[in-house]
Amino acid sequence: MASNTNFEKYKSDGTLQGNLLEWFDARFPATSMWRGHLSEYYAPKNFNFWYFFGSLAMLVLVIQILTGIFLVMHYKPDASLNANGIPVAFASVEYIMRDVPWGWLIRYMHSTGASAFFVVVYLHMFRGMLYGSYRQPRELVWIFGTLIFLCLMAEAFMGYLLPWGQMSFWGAQVIVNLFSAIPLIGEPLSIWIRGDFVVGDATLNRFFAFHVIAVPLVLLGLVAAHILALHEVGSNNPDGVEIKKRKDVHGNPLDGIPFHPYYSVKDIVGVVVFLMVFSIIVFFAPEGGGYFLEYNNFLPADPLKTPAHIAPVWYFTPYYSLLRAMVWPLFGIDAKFWGVVAMGAGVVILAFLPWLDRSPVKSIRYRGPIFKTLLTLFVISFFLLGFLGTQPPSYAFFGVIPSAPVAQVLSAYYFLYFLTMPWWSRIDKYKPEPDRVTM
Amino acid sequence: MSNECKVDCGRRRLVVATAAVGGVGAIAALVPFLSSMLPSERAKAAGAPVEVEIGTLEPGQMMTVEWRGKPVWIISRTPQMLETLPKLDDSMADPKSEKNMQPEYCRNEVRSIKPEIMVAVGICTHLGCSPSAKFKPGADEGMDSNWLGGFLCPCHGSTFDFAGRVFKNKPAPDNLEVPPHMYLSEKRILIGEDKKGA
Repeated sequence: MASNTNFEKYKSDGTLQGNLLEWFDARFPATSMWRGHLSEYYAPKNFNFWYFFGSLAMLVLVIQILTGIFLVMHYKPDASLNANGIPVAFASVEYIMRDVPWGWLIRYMHSTGASAFFVVVYLHMFRGMLYGSYRQPRELVWIFGTLIFLCLMAEAFMGYLLPWGQMSFWGAQVIVNLFSAIPLIGEPLSIWIRGDFVVGDATLNRFFAFHVIAVPLVLLGLVAAHILALHEVGSNNPDGVEIKKRKDVHGNPLDGIPFHPYYSVKDIVGVVVFLMVFSIIVFFAPEGGGYFLEYNNFLPADPLKTPAHIAPVWYFTPYYSLLRAMVWPLFGIDAKFWGVVAMGAGVVILAFLPWLDRSPVKSIRYRGPIFKTLLTLFVISFFLLGFLGTQPPSYAFFGVIPSAPVAQVLSAYYFLYFLTMPWWSRIDKYKPEPDRVTM
Repeated sequence: MSNECKVDCGRRRLVVATAAVGGVGAIAALVPFLSSMLPSERAKAAGAPVEVEIGTLEPGQMMTVEWRGKPVWIISRTPQMLETLPKLDDSMADPKSEKNMQPEYCRNEVRSIKPEIMVAVGICTHLGCSPSAKFKPGADEGMDSNWLGGFLCPCHGSTFDFAGRVFKNKPAPDNLEVPPHMYLSEKRILIGEDKKGA
């Protein structure tokens, strides 16, 4: 549809407005882009609740960029100590919270926004898994999405160092040291990442540069690619059937409706509901019970003392559990290296979903009991891994069942779910897909 | 039409050669940017030795000083603490300090110059957290009942004895590092330098 570019130019109706638009359109693909991506982008008419989260992810991205710009006006990435013996970076965040007019709101929007981003992105990804949205021809949409997820993790991790609190410092210390586990190049690599022999001012400054410039630029590019790829192939829907197969006399999908105004308006409803929940958290529970902002991060970074319990922010904990589950050295390489590999593989394996899934149907509506059971178990184990990641390794369920072997079993399941998918997705029962979407 | 058109091989070769030279230049241009992320000259020059006065350190106590941005512990070990060391040899990953985690003059049973004074970098060899002191034997500080005293890393549960030796089957692969150090006088230690004074 986007291929209309340079055809169908706007013809003025003689009004001043019309003349202006014609002049503009002769020099820029305004009308064709508007039509191709909004007013004549046909989306399936049966979108449901799960289809809010793509547009909400865009909204949160905008919130993060806007609040981020205003935070940068007051924040100082400086690890040196001020006259009161407090690191300048830490003090500048406190300054934003206490002295900058409305600074507390902007900061809490940004810190809550990080958690909100992962909530909507996890739900958005889960939608893809429910309805097979990654399947042919949407593999690239899915791969760009996986890359966005990776970028988001890097963005969140580097942003978390900036307040220069205890969790910022020791979290970065642990994660950067993970790279030192890579054979041969590990040690120089971790020094190169830190820019010093310990996490310090050099690390803080470069994480700041990556967090505010480099990663957001890549992120925006990937979001554009994600949407362009989506609009090239068209959206999937809860039935997982192609709406482009059945077209009306004008060549438009029979089961499609223009994105604008139908879905732009629908998405506004989602935005309003989201902003209500978001505001409640920002105003009444910005720390999220220690899950959105960890209590130890209200202490300035102290390179001489590790907090008694360190855990990543909630959105990293499932992957942190994968990392901790690897405790055996293999092939003469330290266990911690395999932990890094497991954590990385846990994310990267998502990108292979389009080729791992061999089911003849896309949507959960027509898939069989094996898929439904295994996916349910997958969700449960993902939540449990997330919970265990917030706990110390010595944690035991009800004080008796040690958590370490449980986490190992769940981690094994995480990978087996994907690795055995080509087999179980093929033998699973399925119902015939309808010819057209159902409501 | 384009199918019948003969490619001008000379020109094609020039195009390829130009692209290749450009590519090499682009890669070469990465060098200054990537190198700029290495530790600066100032970072490399930092790390001057630190002089520590240990006169006030009572037996059984420890103090922490900063050296090269890392915590360095000075532990005044009591005879009871020292007695625990040989008992633990069998539970240690590297009981004889064979790996190069200490200067030669500290490669002994107690991993120190003077048995009663232990100097170690308080950074876990696993992922770089700083272990916490768990000096009380037994379960008083949340350890096992057969705990003899030492250190516990809060991040991933590695344990170390009073000589900074790591227990077997823990995430940390090596004993705690003993930094180069020397005694300037009975009660003054210089950390980071170890001329013949040792």
